[in-house]
Amino acid sequence: MKLLKMCLVVVSLVVLMAVSNVAFSADKLVVGFSQIGAESGWRSAETKVTYQEADKRGVELKFSDAQQKQENQIKAIRAFVAQEVDAIFLAPVVETGWTTVLKEAKEAGIPVFLLDRLIEDKDVDLYTSAIVSDQVLEGRLAAEWLAEATGGKANIVELQGTVGASVTNNRKKGFEEVVAQHPDMKIIHSQSGDFTRSKGKEVMESFIKAENGGKNITAMYAHNDDMAIGAIQAIKEAGLIPGKDILVVSIDGVPDIFKAMADGEANATVELTPNMAGPALDALIKFKADGVAPPKVIQTETKVYLPDTAQAEYDRRKELY
Amino acid sequence: MKQSSDPMSSKKPFRVFRGLPQLSMLVLILIINVINSPSFFNVTIQDGRLFGSIIDVFYRGVPVAILALGMTPVIATGGIDLSVGAVIAIAGAVTASLAQTDLAGWQIISLVLMTGLACGLWNGLLVAWLGIQPFVATLILMVSGRGMAQMITEGKILTFTNPAVDFISRSAFLTVPTAIIIMLAVLLMGWVLLRGTALGMFVEATGINRVASTNVGVKTGAVLTTVYMWCGFCAAIAGLIITSDIRGADANNAGLWLEMDAILAVVIGGTSLLGGRFSLGFSLLGALIIQAMNTGILVSGFKPELNYIVKALVVLAVLCAQSPALRIFMAKLGQKRRAAS
Repeated sequence: MKLLKMCLVVVSLVVLMAVSNVAFSADKLVVGFSQIGAESGWRSAETKVTYQEADKRGVELKFSDAQQKQENQIKAIRAFVAQEVDAIFLAPVVETGWTTVLKEAKEAGIPVFLLDRLIEDKDVDLYTSAIVSDQVLEGRLAAEWLAEATGGKANIVELQGTVGASVTNNRKKGFEEVVAQHPDMKIIHSQSGDFTRSKGKEVMESFIKAENGGKNITAMYAHNDDMAIGAIQAIKEAGLIPGKDILVVSIDGVPDIFKAMADGEANATVELTPNMAGPALDALIKFKADGVAPPKVIQTETKVYLPDTAQAEYDRRKELY
Repeated sequence: MKQSSDPMSSKKPFRVFRGLPQLSMLVLILIINVINSPSFFNVTIQDGRLFGSIIDVFYRGVPVAILALGMTPVIATGGIDLSVGAVIAIAGAVTASLAQTDLAGWQIISLVLMTGLACGLWNGLLVAWLGIQPFVATLILMVSGRGMAQMITEGKILTFTNPAVDFISRSAFLTVPTAIIIMLAVLLMGWVLLRGTALGMFVEATGINRVASTNVGVKTGAVLTTVYMWCGFCAAIAGLIITSDIRGADANNAGLWLEMDAILAVVIGGTSLLGGRFSLGFSLLGALIIQAMNTGILVSGFKPELNYIVKALVVLAVLCAQSPALRIFMAKLGQKRRAAS
């Protein structure tokens, strides 16, 4: 008897859940997100923010971590198509090789949003919209801040990212554009620090030695925050005060640079927002509601952060990264 | 000093002494550096430590030098250890996570070194007892090790402040940075271990012919396991130094591609990838050549795009200078000239 009762309870629960599930899924959007992996702090933050943004809008997120492999992303997209999701978010690990699988998604009528990275031009018709940051603008904003802080007069050393990476080229280009407008601003050294702390430190050490113990250097511009953090240590070890003797400006907005700014060791960072999913979700919801086709390229907001808000920003971000 | 350990040198009349190509290359690179940047040899004292570009060559060369010291006997057995970069990442991750606990400095350091030994033991067992080719055996840890390190750090860059770990990169002994002292200590340790005992000879014998060595009673399995453990131990020390330098463990990037630099240093030092005769001192010299080049390029103001090309040309030049074919050619040329006069 007891057993029968139990069975009854279980069966009714299952039925109830199934019904409620159907009821929910009728108006709840389902998005499949194929993420590259968790190779950097920024990438993990992007994943966390995507969950949060989906939650905020009552969207169900199906997440797939590709562990840096395109074949995993292709598998994930096929699985999403089979599950008939409402949209696919894709952070493509490489630019090429997406034609076949994205055609399948298109034929199934599922819109695809690219997050953070683009794919090759010939596949431009196969995705609905791409949410990207403006890397040239990031470089430009860093230079504009520096021009203002130094009154347009500065000897700058530059720590580049990995040689040949598009983000390196763009952040360099934007920065140089603005420097060219100021005759008294000069980039006196520029070398690659491979986006890492230890290379950033090593390169900065050599710059300091090449420039009379760092006395000729007004400011240091790094293509990412991690290299800047390494460089700050090099400046300190050379007996100079980072943020004062040598101004420090970099790009990304990772928590540790906000900590350095709060400590007065860095002066400015240009944020590369990990919130790529928010604008994508907004565009998707609008598209589903009134059929407005989203623009092909959606630029995320690019913002300069200064020491005054650093402590608050650090507290806000340290859980994300 | 090294000549005594080299029974071949007396039999080759055309060679002045064994380290000549390496030494002359190092001197040449340093001369080019000082032409490019006249302050290259300026040394001052900053916070009680020597400070200058030439000091950077030694200080920044330490991780690769220590790796090369570990790699040398492995290569002398005809093996290779591709996993040292990953072991650096693991050691760094372990260092950073332990540095946040209440453990004493010596406890942290010994745990990290034990991690390195364990990684080496794993490689050694795969190579010696399962007979897997070293390239493949160590590839396993090269790939999985970085993943392990990322698991320990949860994909973040773990930063810490710990006086004991800071000591490694921030202190100095008689104004010489501690890391350089550690490198010399590792050289001494390796020399005592390999040349102070018969182990070095067993290593060379194993590298030349493992079957024959086994037949004459050399416990080649134990020899191989020992050299891989030594290599893991050295990688852990390098990991400690790199982590201490930036006061953080960067599992994605720490030690990335350093296995290649270490192998290159050993090869520049004249140890053959086919195994056999080896020299710790020349491997160290090889590491310094690589770093003298790196530091020189950084101060010179070359475009970063040129770095790899310049590096490749220098390496090519060193290897050509060592090439037996070239030596025989030069000797013949010399004989002809003598005959003509």
